[in-house]
Amino acid sequence: MNWQKRLWRPESSFRLMAKLLQVNWLYVLLICALAGVGYLALYSAGGGSAKPFAGPQAVRFGFGLLMMVLVALLSPRVLRWLSVPIYLLSITLLGLVLRMGHVGKGAERWISLGGMQFQPSEFAKIALVLALASWFYRIDPVRMGNPLRLIPPALMVLLPVALVLKEPNLGTGVIIGVIGATMFFSAGMRLWQILILVAPIPFLGKFVYAHLHDYQKARIDTFLHPEHDPLGAGYNIIQSKIALGSGGMWGEGYLRGTQGQLNFLPEKQTDFIFTMIGEEWGYAGAVSVIALLGILVLGGMLISLRSRNQFGRLLALGISVDFFMYCAVNLSMVMGVIPVGGVPLPLVSYGGSAMLTMMFGFGLLLSTWVHRNEKDRPTSDVAE
Amino acid sequence: MKFRRKQTNRLMLKRQPVKPSRGIFTRRALIVLAAQAGVLGVLGKRLYDLQVVNGGHLKELAARNRTSKRLLAPARGLISDRFGVQLAGNKENWRALLMPEETTDIQATIARFNQIVPLDERDHARIERDLRHVRKYVPVALKDFLTWDDMARIELNAPSLPGVLVDVGSTRLYPLGPLLAHIVGYVAPPNEHDVATSPMMALPGMRAGRAGIEQTQDLALRGQPGSVEMEVNSLGRVMGEMDRVDGQQGDEIALTIDAGLQQMVLNRIGDQSASAVVMDCRNGEVLAMVSTPSFDPSLFDSGVSHAQWIEWTNNERTPLINKAVSGVYPPGSTFKPAVALAALKSGGLSPQDRFFCPGHYDMGGVRFHCWSRWGHGSIDMQQALMYSCDVYFYQAARKIGMDPIKDMANGFGLGTKLGIELPHIRPGVIPTPDWRRKHGFHWNGGDTVNAGIGQGFVQVTPLELATYVSRIASGRNVEPHLVRRVNETASDKTALDAAPPMDVEAKHLNVIRQGMFDVVNAHRGTAPKAKLNIPGVQMAGKTGSAQVRRVSRALRESGHFNSMALPWEDRPHALFICFAPYDAPRYAVAVVIEHGNAGADAAAPLARDIMTDALMRDPVNHIHEPGQTVAEAD
Repeated sequence: MNWQKRLWRPESSFRLMAKLLQVNWLYVLLICALAGVGYLALYSAGGGSAKPFAGPQAVRFGFGLLMMVLVALLSPRVLRWLSVPIYLLSITLLGLVLRMGHVGKGAERWISLGGMQFQPSEFAKIALVLALASWFYRIDPVRMGNPLRLIPPALMVLLPVALVLKEPNLGTGVIIGVIGATMFFSAGMRLWQILILVAPIPFLGKFVYAHLHDYQKARIDTFLHPEHDPLGAGYNIIQSKIALGSGGMWGEGYLRGTQGQLNFLPEKQTDFIFTMIGEEWGYAGAVSVIALLGILVLGGMLISLRSRNQFGRLLALGISVDFFMYCAVNLSMVMGVIPVGGVPLPLVSYGGSAMLTMMFGFGLLLSTWVHRNEKDRPTSDVAE
Repeated sequence: MKFRRKQTNRLMLKRQPVKPSRGIFTRRALIVLAAQAGVLGVLGKRLYDLQVVNGGHLKELAARNRTSKRLLAPARGLISDRFGVQLAGNKENWRALLMPEETTDIQATIARFNQIVPLDERDHARIERDLRHVRKYVPVALKDFLTWDDMARIELNAPSLPGVLVDVGSTRLYPLGPLLAHIVGYVAPPNEHDVATSPMMALPGMRAGRAGIEQTQDLALRGQPGSVEMEVNSLGRVMGEMDRVDGQQGDEIALTIDAGLQQMVLNRIGDQSASAVVMDCRNGEVLAMVSTPSFDPSLFDSGVSHAQWIEWTNNERTPLINKAVSGVYPPGSTFKPAVALAALKSGGLSPQDRFFCPGHYDMGGVRFHCWSRWGHGSIDMQQALMYSCDVYFYQAARKIGMDPIKDMANGFGLGTKLGIELPHIRPGVIPTPDWRRKHGFHWNGGDTVNAGIGQGFVQVTPLELATYVSRIASGRNVEPHLVRRVNETASDKTALDAAPPMDVEAKHLNVIRQGMFDVVNAHRGTAPKAKLNIPGVQMAGKTGSAQVRRVSRALRESGHFNSMALPWEDRPHALFICFAPYDAPRYAVAVVIEHGNAGADAAAPLARDIMTDALMRDPVNHIHEPGQTVAEAD
């Protein structure tokens, strides 16, 4: 087979070592720092014990780290070749979850894989970034004007968005949409085209609102008037704000969060883990965590800018935007800025699938760094 | 944002192979980066406002005076009958509460309280559980139903009981107790699942509906909690209320039941194990639904004792089960009108077709007996209904087969899940060869023949029977329901004669109605005892006896078979269904007496008295004073 020759070049162990040295270990260290923050927070959420959350999460992180480094060694060529099956797999899983997902919290979004609960919508984002990068890398940003080149990737974005919204998972659906849009923008889509696409959004919003599930409408209404429903849907938001407020500047001290309030904060170890950090470590600690997230985003964007091939640039940018979106949506949710749920804080919230898919994404980011010096071959000019 | 691209650049690109240019990407990536930085910056600022600007203010407040927020449980909605007689209300209950956040040492406080007002084991267990699961500002109930004496002692010892307060809550009250226990249902303290799905259930005094209307309308009855924010000084004394938001009582629900009629039916049934349903056959309102024996629903409010529970569950007459919707019985001869309608509709028989009844019917070497050993001779459909001749219906069923019978029976509500507002409804079964195969058995001709007289695998509930006879009487597809009004909104099912007509020809229904008229009013009918004692008003009905045990041939032929000689649990059930007035049907009644022996003797007079009372009261058209009873017609 031809592809085998192209893909499999026996590399000496020496070359592998050289590649390992090329991995951006500083960035890996930052990732570990974030996971460390997660470990401390989960330790506290577990009532000052590693048992329920922190321990298993640390074990998963170990696996994730190994996977991440392995992915970092894959060359862009291999990644491009893998992008198609990975994308198809993610779509299949999304379809599957609609058919036979576990009903969790009024929404079907989980699949059991070998005893582990898996959330395909997490995986779909990474798969989409990879697929879009594989599509756009061969197109000169200057030549993005041709609409025919935009239709396939647009479908690539809309398919998972539609499936995720059907789950229904509003938060993740919007995130996927934004990631897709950013990739288009960075790949050099014309501004007038972007305007055409953005203009109908208000109307779409009305239409979508009409088709939302009742509990999602409740979320939005509650968000606008949390005091109307202090015990139902507004409860989380109010409690989260109270907990953050009682943290003040310096916090109540590690493991000293007012357990009474937080014990009844649903999802305190998943969606609202940041509330706990804010309460115990105060603004000083919380803003440091935000800064760490910001540095990780910046690092990813720098890797993107330093890459000398278009595929790597787009891939790294997509992963950074993915990570950023997660952080931004989760933080906004915790502070009561936007009314969604079900979006974890990457590497900090308790949960396997979100963490491992993010680590896979970071692996792609590091791979871009390792292979940053591969240059694009000149593409022949395609007649438009 | 402007992206200037030089024209020349573009022309140049057209002429030679190019590398994807980095310029555009870099510019746009930087824009993305700026947006990200902006968002994170805004979030950081917002967090500062939340934590430092407002947080500092909160902290300062806490240093001087703390505010303590308490949630107030809303009063549960009331349930009344159609005339406003209260079926479920609330009564005051003085109780001692503990605010966990206002006491330094919870266990010591509880121990001290125990010295003043003794707590038993169950109280302790409940308090432990609540303390683990309740939020800080939600008080934990220490003890319910305090006497004045208890309250005085608590008041006296207040200084040594930090965080303990006395307040008035409410418990659920069922003024008519066992009379409507099966319909109204009961409430019980919420379990973990209730609290998980609705946080307000954690408030002390909240109750969750566990049966009947209390369960199916639970969400509407719960209401909305209120809250009160109090200012508390550093010693824990309440300085005053800062903010009070009153809760909202749950919806008031008025049922279609007439409590007076219900009481009469219950009295008339006495201590038999039976079930009766009275329905308005023009709109499906259930006016009375009795299942005996009953139980006292108030016992559930604070949790039922183990001994009481054992007694209920071991009783062979099943007091906790609402036999009207969950008791399934073979319909016996009351099933015959459905078979007759199916035969007419499928064209298998015309009303004039005759069968000869020699007193038995032989098929495949098996002899099926008619209840009359001497036979009925040659009879047509109307006569077959009047005499309740088994042989006629054996042959009718044989002729048309099981499927048309099932379709007709289902259409009239038998063996279907009726949408009445009660939980734990158990639909009956109309068997077919397919159904039998699904259970791994073979269906043979004898099964069809047996089903023709409502024996064998056919099973229905009293509510289904009442629905069935309502639909025969009115010719409309009425749906049984219990909720008449929620707050001020009347149910959309109250309109009379608004239900869609049944998919049966009027002339066919008339044959059935005439047959049922003869059952009661012809001198050779099976239930002459059921004649009404009201001038100018006639009733039509159908008897039924459902065997629960095979009568052996030897026994039958010895001529000494008398089912009254059997032990109670082997006697056949007695059934009667009827509607009246014959010329303008208003009420339908279905009665099932467990092991009551013969429909004609036991159930028909009972149904007659219920119907008489219903017609005299006329709860549908009459607004009489609640509680007024009508003298029973002898």
